[in-house]
Amino acid sequence: MSAATVFSRRISIITGHYGTGKTEFSVNLALALAAEGEQVMLADLDIVNPYFRSRERRDLLERAGIRLISSSQSCANADVPALPAELLTILENQDLRGVLDIGGDPVGARVLARFRPRITQEDYQLIYVVNANRPEVRTPETAIAYLRSIEAVTGLTCTGLVNNTHLCGETTEEEIRKGAALAAAVSGETGIPVLCHVAVEPLAEHLSDLPEPVFPITIKMKKPWE
Amino acid sequence: MAKELWKGNEAIAEAAIRAGCDCYFGYPITPQSEVPEYMSAHMPKHGRIFVQAESELAAINMVYGAAGCGMRAMTSSSSPGISLKQEGISYLIGSEIPAVIVNCMRGGPGLGTIQPGQSDYYQATRGGGNGDYRTVVLSPANIQEAVDYVQEAFDIADQYRNPVMVVMDGMIGQMMEPIEWREIPKRNLPSKDSWATTGRKGRAEHNTLNSLYIEPELCDVHNQNLSRKFAEMEKNEVRWEEIRCDDAEIVITAYGTPARIALTAIEVLRSEGIKVGLFRPITLWPFPEKALHELAGKDHVKAILDVEMSSTGQMIDDIRLGVEGQKPISFLGRAGGVIPTVEEMVEAVKNTLKEVQ
Repeated sequence: MSAATVFSRRISIITGHYGTGKTEFSVNLALALAAEGEQVMLADLDIVNPYFRSRERRDLLERAGIRLISSSQSCANADVPALPAELLTILENQDLRGVLDIGGDPVGARVLARFRPRITQEDYQLIYVVNANRPEVRTPETAIAYLRSIEAVTGLTCTGLVNNTHLCGETTEEEIRKGAALAAAVSGETGIPVLCHVAVEPLAEHLSDLPEPVFPITIKMKKPWE
Repeated sequence: MAKELWKGNEAIAEAAIRAGCDCYFGYPITPQSEVPEYMSAHMPKHGRIFVQAESELAAINMVYGAAGCGMRAMTSSSSPGISLKQEGISYLIGSEIPAVIVNCMRGGPGLGTIQPGQSDYYQATRGGGNGDYRTVVLSPANIQEAVDYVQEAFDIADQYRNPVMVVMDGMIGQMMEPIEWREIPKRNLPSKDSWATTGRKGRAEHNTLNSLYIEPELCDVHNQNLSRKFAEMEKNEVRWEEIRCDDAEIVITAYGTPARIALTAIEVLRSEGIKVGLFRPITLWPFPEKALHELAGKDHVKAILDVEMSSTGQMIDDIRLGVEGQKPISFLGRAGGVIPTVEEMVEAVKNTLKEVQ
């Protein structure tokens, strides 16, 4: 699949419940867009999680030609909810493809609210990441409730779902299909389209029968022993 | 049961709820804030009590009050916050009140860093509070163990009328892993009626909980009783794990995240023909001293490499007590939130091996 076609808007804003795998997806999306020749800027706007943030992969991203900006930039290991002024670059530079990695939950998504007037003038897409193995968002009802509260906090409208159902290293094809069913149910209820299913590379080829494209990823947010 | 994906801290909170935790008192601090966050959302749904205390001190003393009334009570924090709770822990032990205290450790000293650390080993196993005391200290190396041990911690606490600590580095609290909810071993737990301050209930005297003994002789008797209890814990509760130690020339000693890293390092080293194993204490107190002594005495073991997320090494004191000079001990320590890498551990094992060859 072509990342630039599936994620066709200039700016992709990645939201969801924490632990759904937004950062892993964001990093992989930024790398895929860059590999397709796009000029990419990734904004790590996670003010919720102290570990496992995309800024930890700065070297990898910069080697791929991706510009990375993050909250509390000059003190990347702090949990200070300071937003980078460079965020405006993504909004203003029409040549850039922007990926905004937002921290978990409506609490994390609040960072977007102040930029709402600017974001809504741009070609953007608010993407909601679905993971059927996360206990608090595993049913269509709870997943939709989170989605709606993220929309309410940000003042933005969600226009795409991404199925990122996994169990870390224990992910199977069945897990991803379980997530596809959840994503389909959320989509059926809300009318928001499922954009793609995320699968680690060896599993991706077994899922080509799914109605939506499969986005193959390689794990970048590894644990120290992986 | 199907596996679910949980973040360490929220899993710990859910485990406490499943273990029948009646009351949670806490104060936010990175990297454990998901515990009170989860508790604040879920305890009221179960008709339980959640209080965000005004401080860590207040939280541990609320635990004293609630657990003194026979409630299952818990608090959690990260290193600097656990320092603040030390007085309360000493009083809980003095008054023989069961409770569960979770420390999601970060780098120190002082405010240190919000990144993971293991430099509260002394504090947990030697006691940062005053007086002669011990607490069972459980140390999970993955989220499955974290949820199992938190549930067991409530039972262990009730069994001995003594607080239990669950201690892990921030990585375990912050990472995501698949887990399943499984039955934990059942214990025969004593009734709390003889001591819990629940009113007279027809008794001649109301129950009193106190750690003050004015008469030295009485305080001595109290201390002797406590130490008999600690000896029981030492006898019954020690836990450890040995992985690929059967033929190991080098034994890595590590707990928590460094133990996970050791497993990868062992794979790398074994593929190069180097015989290395892992000795992982699961209870930091009681420390598996006899098991380590026995292992270190085996002919195939040439040396021990202790790895900790601590600059000075803290567990290494217990390693020395266990090994008792039978074999040389070397040390790899990273601190301040830096996690030792697989490569560093592989290198350290090779250097340790060179020194004994």
